[in-house]
Amino acid sequence: MIEAHDSLIVRSAGKLLIPLSQLFALYVLFFGQYGPGGGFAGGVILGTSFLLAVLVLGPQAPPCRLAHQLEHGDGVGLMIFVGVGGLCLIGGGTFLDYSNLQIPGWNDEERRSLGIVLTQIGVAADIAVTALSIVFSLGQHHSQEASHE
Amino acid sequence: MSEHIQAALERPSLIAFVVLFLCGFFVMTTNSNMIKKLIGIYLLQTSVLLLLVTIGVKQNAASVPILTEKHIESPETIAPAAYVNPLPHVLTLTAIVVQVATLGVSLALVAAIYRKYGSLDENEVLQRIE
Amino acid sequence: MMDWFEIALVILLITTAVGVIRVKTLISAVLILACYSFLMAVVWAQLGAVDVAFVEAVVGAGLSTVLFLLTLFRARAKDTQLRRTPTPLVALLGLPLLGFVLLYAIAPLYPDGQPLRPASTHVADAYLQESYKATKTPNVVTAVLMDYRAFDTLIETGVIFTAGIACALLLRSHSE
Repeated sequence: MIEAHDSLIVRSAGKLLIPLSQLFALYVLFFGQYGPGGGFAGGVILGTSFLLAVLVLGPQAPPCRLAHQLEHGDGVGLMIFVGVGGLCLIGGGTFLDYSNLQIPGWNDEERRSLGIVLTQIGVAADIAVTALSIVFSLGQHHSQEASHE
Repeated sequence: MSEHIQAALERPSLIAFVVLFLCGFFVMTTNSNMIKKLIGIYLLQTSVLLLLVTIGVKQNAASVPILTEKHIESPETIAPAAYVNPLPHVLTLTAIVVQVATLGVSLALVAAIYRKYGSLDENEVLQRIE
Repeated sequence: MMDWFEIALVILLITTAVGVIRVKTLISAVLILACYSFLMAVVWAQLGAVDVAFVEAVVGAGLSTVLFLLTLFRARAKDTQLRRTPTPLVALLGLPLLGFVLLYAIAPLYPDGQPLRPASTHVADAYLQESYKATKTPNVVTAVLMDYRAFDTLIETGVIFTAGIACALLLRSHSE
């Protein structure tokens, strides 16, 4: 079902838009503390930019192969989130209480701020890979069904 | 009872919630096409989230729940009445993302049913099962 | 002025929802649903929920439309035409009754006096006042979501992961 789009305009615009949207996704993710945004919006924009790459550039291009490799990392986001909680446990406090992260020289508020950024990265990774994975699952067997009829 | 309803009618979003809830409910129960039912569920979910956010709105043009420079420098002067209630936003954020995840799973179920029975209409699928 | 804008948005929203119900093909219904999501994002931004509007515009208008369209492309064209069945009488009578019951039920959630509102009475004011001192994050919604209520977000991340696995189990064949 997915082939490279045959219009030059779409391909050139895609080559411009895809890195821009990935940069914007990283901006939204890291500036979620100072303005609207955060992990959820950044993760979905990141996943959608990979999807755009797959639709515009075709299944043989390097971004599509990268997307297929990324699909295997489905649980990484959840592991990052639980890992941050586990680090807090190791540091001597309760689960997901970021003030126990053992970083020398920082006070409580800065540790909690760092904890928030790390968990947002985990959430964004999880949502991006899951969005990509659901779209690949839904789009997969179209050619197989068309050949049955 | 009438002054209750009077107070509710002052905010247009509450009327929107009731009308959209009824629309979504109607689509979900009376259509026999499975994807149309999913569209009805989507309308239903977004209308409930609209109610959740409307509960947190404060009068007198309260601002967005992001603290301004003035309040960051002197945190004692924050007046909670100047900011919109942030708690319904938190619940709504979680609900939106879970909504899209369950939409993905239900669409995968519909696609699997279509692959096996060849129809998107629930009455035909029920006939073909027997 | 703000009131007029809100009333106009609500009228547009209801018109779009009625359009979703009445239209005849499924692809048109899905595209009108994308328009409905955008309008809903504008309504949320107008009510002061900017984080929610951001996520709804990306997720609702972007990702869920893509998912619907991908499922529709697998079906043959004749299956996506909708038949207009007559509305059952129970629906015509019961739905306005349900509407009245809903209006009566949500009215106590929105009393006139500001401090009496149930959503604002317990911890919300404490979150607004204490969150910058405790976490150095100006965006209160992010601080509450990722720090004070981090368990909810953890379980929600688990739900998203499970949804991805469930889709893969349902649809991918084991031939490759």
